[in-house]
Formats: sequence, structure tokens, C-alpha cells
Amino acid sequence: MSTVTPAPETTAGPAHAKPKKQRPQLSEGAKQERRLAFWLVAPAVLVMIAVTAYPLVYAVILSLERYNLELPQDTKFIGFANYGAVLSSPYWWQALEVTVIITVFSVGITLVLGMLLAQVLHRTLFFRGTIRTISLIPYGIVTVAAAYSWQYAWTPNEGYLSAAFNNGAPLTSQAQAIAVIIIAEIWKTTPFMGLLLLAGLSLVPDDLLRAARVDGATSWQAFTRITLPLMKPAILVALLFRTLDSFRIFDNIFILTSGNNGTASVSTLGYDNLFNALNLGIGSTIAILIFICVAIIAVVFILGFGTAAPGTNSGTR
Amino acid sequence: MATATLTGRQRGGWAAANLVVIVLALIPVVWLLSLSFKTPGAVTDPSFWPAHWTGGNYGGILTSAQFLRPLLNSIGIGLISTFISVVLASMAAYAIARLSFPGKSVLIGLALLIAMFPLIALVTPLFTIERTLGLFNTWFGLIIPYVAFGLPLGIYTLSAFFREIPWELEKAAKMDGATPFQAFTLVIAPLAAPGMVTTAILVFLACWNDFLLAISFTSTISSRTAPAAMEYFSGGSVFTTPTGPIAAAAVVITIPIIIFVLFFQRRIVAGLTSGAVKG
Repeated sequence: MSTVTPAPETTAGPAHAKPKKQRPQLSEGAKQERRLAFWLVAPAVLVMIAVTAYPLVYAVILSLERYNLELPQDTKFIGFANYGAVLSSPYWWQALEVTVIITVFSVGITLVLGMLLAQVLHRTLFFRGTIRTISLIPYGIVTVAAAYSWQYAWTPNEGYLSAAFNNGAPLTSQAQAIAVIIIAEIWKTTPFMGLLLLAGLSLVPDDLLRAARVDGATSWQAFTRITLPLMKPAILVALLFRTLDSFRIFDNIFILTSGNNGTASVSTLGYDNLFNALNLGIGSTIAILIFICVAIIAVVFILGFGTAAPGTNSGTR
Repeated sequence: MATATLTGRQRGGWAAANLVVIVLALIPVVWLLSLSFKTPGAVTDPSFWPAHWTGGNYGGILTSAQFLRPLLNSIGIGLISTFISVVLASMAAYAIARLSFPGKSVLIGLALLIAMFPLIALVTPLFTIERTLGLFNTWFGLIIPYVAFGLPLGIYTLSAFFREIPWELEKAAKMDGATPFQAFTLVIAPLAAPGMVTTAILVFLACWNDFLLAISFTSTISSRTAPAAMEYFSGGSVFTTPTGPIAAAAVVITIPIIIFVLFFQRRIVAGLTSGAVKG
């Protein structure tokens, strides 16, 4: 990519800065180019803003109101009272804790397994296509379908996994249910992690690894001293994607436990407040708090990225 | 690659690793398949394979409007959302890859931000807005947010693809008198088709997979999508869970994914990794 990136810039970059080949119409051409760019970009931007930015602003307003769909006439501006209510509620803190636990464990284990999968995909010589195809199935399968598979597998007297574990009912106890949720998440997301890491892995020159082996390094040393540092950008991007994705976990919990027995995540909690309690004010407050959490995670990662942040190479430079 | 230096033992090791990957990836899917062929009574038999195979569960869901209508909704909403997303994303990605205009990095940042957006944060306000606008429980009530969330994925993937196109051809076309618009539709679009197919698959899979928006913005089977509808299946009596029909429905909605993966494996891998790693 680094060899390709400069190419558009040599043609597109100077267009509005300094003359190209056709001297006289330059400014007209540049203006035309900008106008075309504007019309090409406008619809996409319009849709994205309409569906995200505007509702987000609206959510902020709703979060400052007492607004219950069962008592619409009682709607009233109440400042930050909703935030006080949510932040002093044990449900919120428990949901946040559950979400963080699921995120940390599922992303951490997925990273290790994804690295192993990437190695298998990278080194395997036979049936390359078959292995890649099959490992893509968990990525592609509808999360809800997979969640049902896990749910039935862990149902006592019905499922093979429950039968294998002494006919246990893990979905009815908090810690075990969270473990099952984490397993379901890991199964679903390891292929994506593996493929992102595989792309990073293929950028590590084989010569370098062979040279290290010739110099007497063990496989492990070659991996930790050469492969890992070279893969750092790929690992950070994959971690950012997976962390933010995992933090908004909803489908698996909704199907597996419905958030019962202390397994609610922040997303299922927000959903319950909206659709079961019909409380738009509190629901919006939870939504805004989740948004703030996600923003914090993203900022922490981007600070950690330094110059390797995604997007920094794509447009400007 | 160090191909030649592999010993028999290493070879065996990799083969074993491959086998582990295959088994782990497939077991939950095969379990669904097995459940879907069990007779209603045998669902409470934890053995992995059915003792008696039956197609009754498929016969049941494929003649029931409770599943067929949502399946149609899923296909229709998915295709329309994908089409709009890919068209709008292609336009924007072309501008990003080819034209110089102010605010380009802001646009890329915006797309990335939306791709990372916590969906639940939008459910509450969008629910209220859709009820006001009469979009609640309609196809467009789902298509509009699907397009919005398909766009960042599309813009990101497509601009990565577009940057690898031989743009000299475009210049040649312009030199021959084509306008920028003609250069886009007649010369570049055909070259960009593979990237657009990849993007379309990824966007369609994302729409097909969605559950949160589907259960939040629909209330009847007139617009409920298949993943959301499975929740409402009923068993033979209040005391039996509809395990067999749900498993069969889960298998049916997994089939298109298996077909995509079988035929477009390379493209999907290329698309998934296109924007992400080339730091």
C-alpha cells in the first residue's frame, strides 16, 4: 500500500494547489473537481448525519427530560436528574461491570486464538481455500442463529454440551452464564480477528524470520522479537474494532439469558428501559453514557496508536 | 516460504491444527442442523445426532407466514439497503480516492466514527423519530438506518479498492473528451465492479445479521426480519419450546451465508482486511 498511496496524490494533490498540465483552465478545473466531489459525497454524508448525528443530539435532549411513554403528559425538563438516577443505580454499575468483563475476556482470548488461527491460515499448505472458507462461517452466521445453537446446547436434558458437563444448567447462574456468553462471542469473532491478523502477518518478511532462525533464535523468540513488533499496527486496529464491537454486545445476551441473573450488558439494560419500562428519558441517558464510554475507549486506543491510526493513511496523507 | 524444510512431524502438526479449526468452526452449525431434523419429542434427547430424522420442522416453517413473510422482509430490506449503500458509498469513495476537496479527512473520520457507533445509543431517539414520522414498523424504517451503517463500511472498503485501480485509463478517457462523470460511469465503474461486489456482500451480511434494530423498529410480521421473527415462534403447547422450528429457521437463514462464503471466500477476506491493516 505504501507504494501505491503516493500515486493518486501526484495527480490529485496538485490539482487545487499548483498548476497541472492544462495551464489556462486550471482554477476552473479545480473548481469543477470540487463541485463534483461535493455532489458525490453529499448524499452519503447527508444520510449518515441524519441517522446518527441528529438522533444523538435528540438523545441528549431526551436524556434531560422526564419522559415515560405511559405518562406522556408528564413530560418535563429535569436537567441532570436522569443521570443522577442511572449513575446511582446498582443495575447500571452491574451492567457496566458485566460488559467490561465480557469485553476484556472475549477480546483477550480472541486475540490469542486469532493469532493462532492466523498462523494456521498463513502456514497451512493443504486445503488453504477450504480452511479459510470454513473459518469464515462463524464470522458470517447470523449472531442470533448461533446464539440459539449455544442456548440449546447448554439446556439441561436437551443439549450435548450440558450432557457433557453433568447435565448442568450454566445459563441460570451468573458466572457460568457470563462464561457461556464469552464462549459464544469468542466463537463468532475469532475468524474476523484471525483474518485481520493474517493480513498483518503476511507483511512480515519470511527472510527476516529465517535469518533469525539461522542466528539461533527459537521460534518463540522470532515470534516475540520480530513478528509481534512488525504486526503492532494490525494488532492495534484489530483490537480497537473488536473492543468497540464487543462493548456494544447485545444479540448473544438477549437470546442466551435475556439479561437475567445479573447478566445484562449496558446495551440490554438500555433496551429494557426503552421497550419494557417505556422510559425514554432513562433509556436516552443510558444511551448517552454508553456513547461516552465508547468515545473514551476510542480515544485511549487512538492515543495508543500514535501515527498508525486507521484513516490517517487513507485520505490526507 | 519455508515449504521445503517441513518435516513429516511438522506436516502432521499443521494438519492436526487444520482439523481443530474445522471442527471448532463447524460444531455449533452442525448442532443446529441436527436439532432441525429432530422430531418434536426427541428434542429433549441430548444426543448430538437425531435418532429419527424428520423434515417436519422445515415443512412447518416453510408453510407458515410467521416465517415466510419475515424471510421475504429480510431479503427485500437487505437487497434494497445494500443497493442504496453501495451506490452512495461508491460515489463518496470515488471522490475520496480520486478528487481533491476540502474536508476529506473529516469525512473519513466521520465514517470511522459511525462504524464504531454503539447502536443502542441510537435506538431510543430513532424509535421516537420513526414513530413521529410514521416509519415505525415499515421496511423503510429499517432500510434508512441500515444504509447509514452500511455506508461507512462501504466507503472504507471501496476507497481502498478504488485506490488500486489503474487511473491512467481515466486520464486517457478524459483526454479523449469524456467528462469526469462519463469517465466514472463508463471507464472506472466496470473496473471497480469486483470491489463493489465485495462491498455489497459485506453490507448485505451486516443487514442480514442485524437483530437489535430489527426488534426495536418493528412490531408485526409485515416488516419484522427473520432473525427477529424467530423469537416469536410458538411451540406445540405453552409448555414446549419451539426448538425444532427455531433450529430449522436458523439453518435456513444460514444457507445464504454459506453460499456467499463458498463462492466469494477470497473477496470477503480481501474486503474485510482492505481498509484495516495497510497502516
